[in-house]
Amino acid sequence: MANVASTDAPAAGLAVIEIDHGTARLHRMIFIGIAIALAVAPFIAYPVFVMKVLCFALFALAFNLLLGYGGLLSFGHAAYFGMASYVSAYTAKNWGLTPELAILLGTCVAALLGALFGALAIRRQGIYFAMITLALAQMVFFFSLQTPRFTGGEDGIQAVPRGKLFGLINLADDRTLYWVVAIIFMAGLLAIYRIIHSPFGQVCKAIRDNEPRAISLGYRANQYKLTVFVLSATLAGLAGATKAIVFQLASLTDVYWSMSGEVVLMTLVGGLGTVFGPIVGALVIVSMQNYLASLGAWVTVVQGVIFVICVLLFREGIVGVIAKWIKKPL
Amino acid sequence: MFELLGIPPQALFGQVLLGLINGSFYAILSLGLAVIFGLLNIINFAHGAQYMMGAFVAWMCLNYFGINYWAALLLAPLIVGVFGVIIERVLIARLANLDHLYGLLLTFGLALIIQGLFRNQYGSSGLPYQIPPQLTGGQNLGFMFLPNYRAWVIAASLVVCLATWFLIEKTRLGAYLRAATENPTLTQAFGINVPLLVTLTYGFGVALAAFAGVLAAPIYSVNPNMGADLIIVVFAVVVIGGMGSILGAIITGFGLGLIEGLTKVFYPEAAATVIFIIMVLVLLVKPAGLFGRTT
Repeated sequence: MANVASTDAPAAGLAVIEIDHGTARLHRMIFIGIAIALAVAPFIAYPVFVMKVLCFALFALAFNLLLGYGGLLSFGHAAYFGMASYVSAYTAKNWGLTPELAILLGTCVAALLGALFGALAIRRQGIYFAMITLALAQMVFFFSLQTPRFTGGEDGIQAVPRGKLFGLINLADDRTLYWVVAIIFMAGLLAIYRIIHSPFGQVCKAIRDNEPRAISLGYRANQYKLTVFVLSATLAGLAGATKAIVFQLASLTDVYWSMSGEVVLMTLVGGLGTVFGPIVGALVIVSMQNYLASLGAWVTVVQGVIFVICVLLFREGIVGVIAKWIKKPL
Repeated sequence: MFELLGIPPQALFGQVLLGLINGSFYAILSLGLAVIFGLLNIINFAHGAQYMMGAFVAWMCLNYFGINYWAALLLAPLIVGVFGVIIERVLIARLANLDHLYGLLLTFGLALIIQGLFRNQYGSSGLPYQIPPQLTGGQNLGFMFLPNYRAWVIAASLVVCLATWFLIEKTRLGAYLRAATENPTLTQAFGINVPLLVTLTYGFGVALAAFAGVLAAPIYSVNPNMGADLIIVVFAVVVIGGMGSILGAIITGFGLGLIEGLTKVFYPEAAATVIFIIMVLVLLVKPAGLFGRTT
C-alpha cells in the first residue's frame, strides 16, 4: 500500500488541472439547480413518480461510476440492486426494522455481494468481465427464485411497511417520504461526484485509459478496480433498498437481467462517463416506461430500438452532446 | 433392476440424456459465439434470440407453408443466417473500429427487439411443434428407454459440431478464417476479402444458433423467451471453456450439460445454478478458462 500512497500525489495534481475554475463553478450551479428542482418537483409532479426517477437515477449513477470511470461494463448490476431491495424489504417487514436501518442493512449486503462478485469478475477483462457479471447476477436470480421463504418467490415481498424514520417520523405520507428519498439521492450524487474527482477517481480513469501504463507507474490496478466495483455495487444497493421502501415491494423483476439492461440503457441515453448524464437518462427512460406502460411488450421493442440508435448514432448521450457543445466536462 | 446410490437407473439415465441434449445446445451455441467473437471481436448477445428465431421459422414453415421438419432443418438456418448477414452489413459493420463493448450493447438491443416482436405476435405461452413421424417412438435399451428423437438431437449436434471443427481447422476457407482472426490487415493484403469473410462468419454463427433452435423446437415448446435465459448459461459456458479452441467449446458444452443433468438427479436444488458455480471455481483456479489462452 505504501507505494500506492506515495504515487497519489501526481494524481491529485491532475485533478486540479482537470477541473478548472469555470467548470467547477458550472458544476456548483448545476448542483444548486438540481437541489432547487428536487425542492420544487413534488409540488408539480406526482411524488411517487419523482421518487422512482430518483431511485433509478441513483442506480444509473452507481453503474456509471463503474463503467464511465472504471471502464468496466457490468451486465449484472441488478444483483446488487435487487438483493439490497430484498434485504431491506424483508428486514423492514419481518424484523420490524426502522426504514433507515433496513436501507442500511440492504446497502451493506449489496456491498458484501459486490466485494465477492467483484473479486471474481476482475480476474478477466473486457468482454469476459461483462459475461461473468451477467452470469453471477443470473445466479442471484435463481437463488431468489428458489428461496421463496426469503424472497416470496414469484409474488415477491409485498406490503412492506414504510415505518417510522428513526422511530419518530411516519413515512406513510408520500410527501414526507419524498424528502428522505431526495436527501438519500443528493447524498449519493455528492458522494459519486467526490469519488470521481478525488485522487482515487483520477487513478481509476488512468487505469481505464491505459491499464499497463498505470501498473508500470506503480498503481495496483486490481485493487483500484475492486474498490470502484464495491463502491458502485454499494450505491446500486442503496438505490435498490430505498426503492423497496418507496414501492413497499421487492420482486424478481429487481434481480432479473432485464433490470441490468435497463440501467445500461439509462446510462447510455444520458451520457456514458458524464457525471450528470445518468440522471437525465433515468428521467427519460422512466418517463418513457410510464407513458408506454399500456403498450405491454412493445416497451421492450422500443427499449431495444433506443439501444440500437444510441450505439450507432448517439454514443455520447444527451449530456455528452451538451458537454461537447459547451466544451466543458459535465 | 439395479439401483445406483438409491437412484433408479431410469431416472438417472433419463436425466443424463436430457443433460446431453442441453449440452449439445450449449456446444452449438458456444461454438457459434466463439466463431463470431474470433473474427468480429463482439459477443453476439442476440444469439439466444436467433436460436429462438430458428425454432419459430421451423414452426412457421410447418404451419403456414406445410414445409416439414427435415426441410425446415435446412431452411430455417438458411433464412435466419441471411437475416444475420443483413444485420451484420447494415448495423454491426458500422462498429468495426469501436470498443467491442458497443457490439455487446448493439446486439443486446437487437435481442430485445426480436424477442419483443415475437412476444407481441405469438404471446409468451409457447407453441407446440410435433416430433417428425420418422423419429417418434424409441428404443428399449434394457436399462433405459431411449426416445428416438433425443438420440437424433445428440447425433445431429455432434455431427454439426465436428463438421464445423473440420471446416475451420482442415479446409482452405477455414485457413483464411483463422488467418483473418489472427491478423485481418495482413490477410487482406494477401488479396482475401476480409469484410466478406466477416459477414459470412456472422451469418454462419447465426445459422448454427438457428439450427440448434430447430432441433430444440420439438423438445421444448416454441417460445419467444426460449433463448433469453439460455444465452446467459451459454455465456457462462464460454467463460468456463475459453473461446480459444473449437474442440474445447464442444467438449465444454457437452460436459457441462452432462454435469447439469447429473445435478438434477443428485441435488435438484442446485441444477439451475451448477454451471454458474463451476464458472466461479474455474475463475478461481484457471481464470483464462479450461481451454483458453491467457490474455
